[in-house]
Amino acid sequence: MSNSNPVTPILQLKDVKIAYGGIQAVKGIDLELYRGELVCLIGANGAGKTTTLNALAGTLGLAGGELIYDGEAISTMPAHKRLRRGIALVPEGRGIFTRLTVEENLRMGAYIRNDSAAIEEDLEKVYTMLPRVKERLQQVAGTLSGGEQQMVAIGRALLSRPRLLLLDEPSMGLAPLVVEKIFEVVQTVKDEGVTILLVEQNANLALEFAQRGYVMDSGKISITGSGEELLANPAVRAAYLGEAA
Amino acid sequence: MDTLLQQLLNGLVVGSVYALVALGYTMVYGILGLINFAHGEVLMVGALTALTVITTLMGVSPDMPPLLLLGIGLLAAMVVCMIVAFLMERLAYRKLRNAPRLAPLITAIGVSFLLQTLAMIVWGRNYHTFPQLISTTPMQPIEGVYINPIQITTIVASAIIMVGLVLLVTRTKLGRAMRATAENHRVASLMGVDVNKIISLTFVLGAALAAVAGVLFASNYGIAHYAMGFMPGLKAFTAAVLGGIGNLGGAMLGGIVLGLVEAVGAGYIEHLTFGFLNSSYQDIFAFVILGIVLIFRPTGLLGERVSDRA
Repeated sequence: MSNSNPVTPILQLKDVKIAYGGIQAVKGIDLELYRGELVCLIGANGAGKTTTLNALAGTLGLAGGELIYDGEAISTMPAHKRLRRGIALVPEGRGIFTRLTVEENLRMGAYIRNDSAAIEEDLEKVYTMLPRVKERLQQVAGTLSGGEQQMVAIGRALLSRPRLLLLDEPSMGLAPLVVEKIFEVVQTVKDEGVTILLVEQNANLALEFAQRGYVMDSGKISITGSGEELLANPAVRAAYLGEAA
Repeated sequence: MDTLLQQLLNGLVVGSVYALVALGYTMVYGILGLINFAHGEVLMVGALTALTVITTLMGVSPDMPPLLLLGIGLLAAMVVCMIVAFLMERLAYRKLRNAPRLAPLITAIGVSFLLQTLAMIVWGRNYHTFPQLISTTPMQPIEGVYINPIQITTIVASAIIMVGLVLLVTRTKLGRAMRATAENHRVASLMGVDVNKIISLTFVLGAALAAVAGVLFASNYGIAHYAMGFMPGLKAFTAAVLGGIGNLGGAMLGGIVLGLVEAVGAGYIEHLTFGFLNSSYQDIFAFVILGIVLIFRPTGLLGERVSDRA
């Protein structure tokens, strides 16, 4: 294990700028994540949240600034190598391989691993966590409902045994009951010690679960604080929690 | 009846070769959405490489058993073709991966000309006699129907290779990664897949099949030539479209069906046109089929909706 000092962040964003199709979507943000934390990133549509997560996972390059993960600069590391370091992203829209079966999707999550016995164990763990997935293993994943696909996407990410899990809008378009189930899973994962960065439109829900939160606005971080602080912050309540100021 | 049976058999032989080449087209299309028009030339490079290696070896040690000669020639052809395909992707297509579709397509045609010209420089403009190391002496299993050992070899070898490829793609971790990459490059990279490697591998695998096809093709006809890849390449492309481009089973089915239609058509074209056209017009059938498929079923026999990949 590398640096396990609790005061050193597992992930650090230093003045990160990201340009996307000619426009600067993220205009210099600083953000820190500490080991074992669940931190959420909230903000309006187009604030740059998804862009930030994609840059963390390595599918988008930086236009400036630096990413430090576990004491190492990873700004130019390609996505497939970042996964090997333990950074997994559950992308916006789930990114299920619709033509592969559910089981094949899950096994793709373990692509970087060669410890087949442990992979089978982890698969079983995912099945117990997500029993509805287990009933559909041989089904082509494109036939699953949105909620089931989201569960497969999360299960798949877990099979890489991530140390840092990036979740992009896991509640998007899902019924409240399903969302509840998904957040139960997120909580379980957090309890196992995985650091989580959660992007959510549903700010209320996210802040309830998160220890800390960052509010993003037009490519910048406007407010930061603990989950409770942000929930109590009148500006946040007005802008993101649907309350009149 | 004998004519029909004989033509079906001939069709199966040539269809197997089309199928092997069609697989290369369809795999590359599946993963990149690119029609690699230079793929037919890989078959030619394979045949001519094997020719050079085999004739050289025959000169050096005339006592070498023919099957060993053919084996070494085939192996060399595969290696050279794999290198050619690797370089093709790396130097010509990779930079164009996010370019508008027309750019890589025209580049592919350019690569095709380049390979033909290079082959002409290396091997000259003449037709070469390709040593027929597997016997072409016909046997007569059924009265009036002839088949020779190289034809049997062609069918059997193609079948084995195709089964192997299907197993690779459907049953192995690598095959799973190939299918995942074909569906979504970005998400595949999020799974830790080195997408560039998978793409290189797809080209290289297709080229190995084309090398085998080239050696089988040349062994059947006893001839190799710098332009020999053009027509089988075009036919194999037709076969891939006929079966449903991007679909492995489709490429195999398309190859076989095309071979059969062509051979049966060639056998009867004189009757059909009252002697106006003879069997040397057999190429008509492939392109008539291509036209019909594109008009009535552009997704091909086994195709799903035309891939939405860019």
